[in-house]
Amino acid sequence: MTEHDDIDSVSGRSTTGHEWDGIKELNTPLPRWWILSFYATILWAIGYWIVYPAWPLITSNTTGLFHYSTRASVAEDLADLEKLRGEKMAVLGNASLAEIEKDPALLALARARGKTVFADNCAPCHGSGGAGAKGYPNLNDDEWLWGGSLDQILQTIQYGARSGHAKTHDSQMLAFGRDGILKKGEIVTVANYVRSLSGLSTAPGFDAAAGKKLFTDNCTSCHGENAKGNQELGAPDLTDRIWLYGSDEATLIETITNGRAGVMPAWSGRLDPVTVKALAVYVHSLGGGK
Amino acid sequence: MTSPSPVAKSMTIGEAVLVPLFAATAFLCLFGAAMGHDTAYVFHASLATVASLAAAFVILNHYYDRPAQLPPQEINGRPNYNLGPIKFSAWMAVFWGIAGFAVGLLIASQLAWPALNFDLPWTSFGRLRPLHTSAVVFAFGGNVLIATSFYVVQKTCRTRLAGELAPWFVVVGYNFFILIAGTGYLLGVTQSKEYAEPEWYADLWLTIVWVTYLLVFLMTLVKRQEPHIFVANWFYLAFIVTIAVLHLGNNPALPVSLLGSKSYIAWGGVQDAMFQWWYGHNAVGFFLTAGFLAIMYYFIPKRAERPVYSYRLSIIHFWALIFLYIWAGPHHLHYTALPDWAQTLGMTFSIMLWMPSWGGMINGLMTLSGAWDRLRTDPVLRMLVVSVAFYGMATFEGPMMSIKVVNSLSHYTDWTVGHVHSGALGWVGFVSFGALYCLIPWLWNRPLYSLKLVNWHFWISTIGIVLYISAMWVSGILQGLMWRAYTSLGFLEYSFIESVEAMHPFYIIRAAGGALFLIGALIMTFNLWMTVKAQSADQAQGAGLLQPAE
Repeated sequence: MTEHDDIDSVSGRSTTGHEWDGIKELNTPLPRWWILSFYATILWAIGYWIVYPAWPLITSNTTGLFHYSTRASVAEDLADLEKLRGEKMAVLGNASLAEIEKDPALLALARARGKTVFADNCAPCHGSGGAGAKGYPNLNDDEWLWGGSLDQILQTIQYGARSGHAKTHDSQMLAFGRDGILKKGEIVTVANYVRSLSGLSTAPGFDAAAGKKLFTDNCTSCHGENAKGNQELGAPDLTDRIWLYGSDEATLIETITNGRAGVMPAWSGRLDPVTVKALAVYVHSLGGGK
Repeated sequence: MTSPSPVAKSMTIGEAVLVPLFAATAFLCLFGAAMGHDTAYVFHASLATVASLAAAFVILNHYYDRPAQLPPQEINGRPNYNLGPIKFSAWMAVFWGIAGFAVGLLIASQLAWPALNFDLPWTSFGRLRPLHTSAVVFAFGGNVLIATSFYVVQKTCRTRLAGELAPWFVVVGYNFFILIAGTGYLLGVTQSKEYAEPEWYADLWLTIVWVTYLLVFLMTLVKRQEPHIFVANWFYLAFIVTIAVLHLGNNPALPVSLLGSKSYIAWGGVQDAMFQWWYGHNAVGFFLTAGFLAIMYYFIPKRAERPVYSYRLSIIHFWALIFLYIWAGPHHLHYTALPDWAQTLGMTFSIMLWMPSWGGMINGLMTLSGAWDRLRTDPVLRMLVVSVAFYGMATFEGPMMSIKVVNSLSHYTDWTVGHVHSGALGWVGFVSFGALYCLIPWLWNRPLYSLKLVNWHFWISTIGIVLYISAMWVSGILQGLMWRAYTSLGFLEYSFIESVEAMHPFYIIRAAGGALFLIGALIMTFNLWMTVKAQSADQAQGAGLLQPAE
């Protein structure tokens, strides 16, 4: 053939004799390692088809010598898990909160379960370590809006606060300004009075007596005579220097004017009872549990 | 100015058809703009009205201005190449490249510092991410492919591009599609299929443009003056044909209303997922691989002034590649509701794809035999060759990641992102830059403004790529390991948010890598701009000299 007459001087190989816009092609044979590797991958693929499900048939598919299936392998994994902790979880499910508290092994299991569930479900609002954020209570301190005993924590997690669940905690901070209960000037006075309760500075010209009177008339029914709060109503202690929304005058004025009604979802429908129980134990163990 | 012409002037078929067609389209779109159900649709209909009117006007205007005779096929026995649409497309590639890389940098920064979402819907990650992927793949990559294919097919067929209006229709129409798609994403219009986000009307328009593209390319091949079809053109043709098939297969949708942007895809459930990744993987295989291999097969031998290493290898790896690629999509759906047999096929075909992919790499690299010394002196060639090295790396990594046990670690992690970017930045990016550094000087018939700046571009971008992909490897493997770590009681060791926290430093490194890549591309833009501008100055001077004589 004529093309074999055209030899590339650098490689000493013949070209195919074609040329496009100055580009020629060498007639180099396929690299041996390349074609052998290609065959090897094809052989491997055929081997894989023989042992694993691979080709569709009319109504089913080849199942392969290993009879592998993803579903079966998931079932196997779940069975292994059941073997690992199924019995223990059953014991945990039947144990009361008090029994869990007393049994170190059960307590450890509940906390381990609670920790993973907390991270995926609670951390977005309460923070990875439960330290909370504005409007989301800190779970490490010992102030509890709705009570810090194991039973109270369990109840709060199960039904939530203002969650819409039939058994939810439901009271809320009133909107004293928006609803026309207090005038603007009165709200400023109450806000400063509330600050004075925990020893914070007050604005110049603040009338303590007027503040006390306004507080007594409007706030004590929920927050109590001594402003120590009321866990039955989720009314926070106003004297302990722990603030859910903030202690500065502007924030307090906002709180009193428009009220507050933060929502905690009810978890009883979303997580199974054993998990909710474990979660209560975990939250209780964070630092402030009563 | 115009001298009397010996033949009577008449409209070409294209002109005669397109003017009334665009006028009718303008009327239809005006109706859509007036009656549309949602803002995005009204906005797009308005854009299309203006664009159709402008198109009709430009075509008419051009008809009245042009001489009666169409540009000749040959001048003095040499083909009269049609370079206008290529010039347009090449600069659109540069423009979209910069835009796409910049949006990429922004969304990479958003992952490191979420405040950069600015709390606005149109600057949120969810809308900018498809803007980034479409801008780099379809706008930048697509324009590079159209520009180079129109150039290569003419040069290697030694004939003028088929059609006079059609090539312009392709390049302008394609960029109009990009405009509709991109503005749609920002306005929240999406059909939620990855890399196929544009809604039904954008898809229809792309279909028309793409079929025209195929016809222009085919007709040019048909009237070629060379006995054989050059290997680059096989790859271009495979790319154009397969993208058409993929686009049609993945996008059949029923609009809720012809006057609204929302539509529903015909496929449902796992079949939809299967179609989506058959499309998605072959967008990689045929858009980002076959098309760019075509670029490699022309620009590397041309630049190195060496023959293609092996004709036999090119023919075997071409057919193996296009036969095997089309099966590999299911590896995107390992351990999902996709039946096991389909997962097996996706994985095994991906493994068999390894050597066919490497065939292209061998042919690209070995073409340098006898010209390796050129890598020291020619940074453009170096860029082209390094792109092939990245291609080889990515096409080894891909089959490896398709193996189910590897995939069980890598899937859904940043490793995938790193893999994609070693291919996208290293292979597609660098081979495109190399081609543009060749093409722009050839189109304007000028030497490149500065080789030194190419060198800077090369090193800055290479460091950027290395930072990017190594950060993603580490963070991806870390993510995978954290997600699969169990305590002795069988509970997850880490929460998802802990794995997110662990990614933070790598996200910063990735953004830094992206910034370097963008800086490199800006240097290229300056370099190419100066190359073209130098000629304008030259022409101005030439014109100045000629004027007095007139």
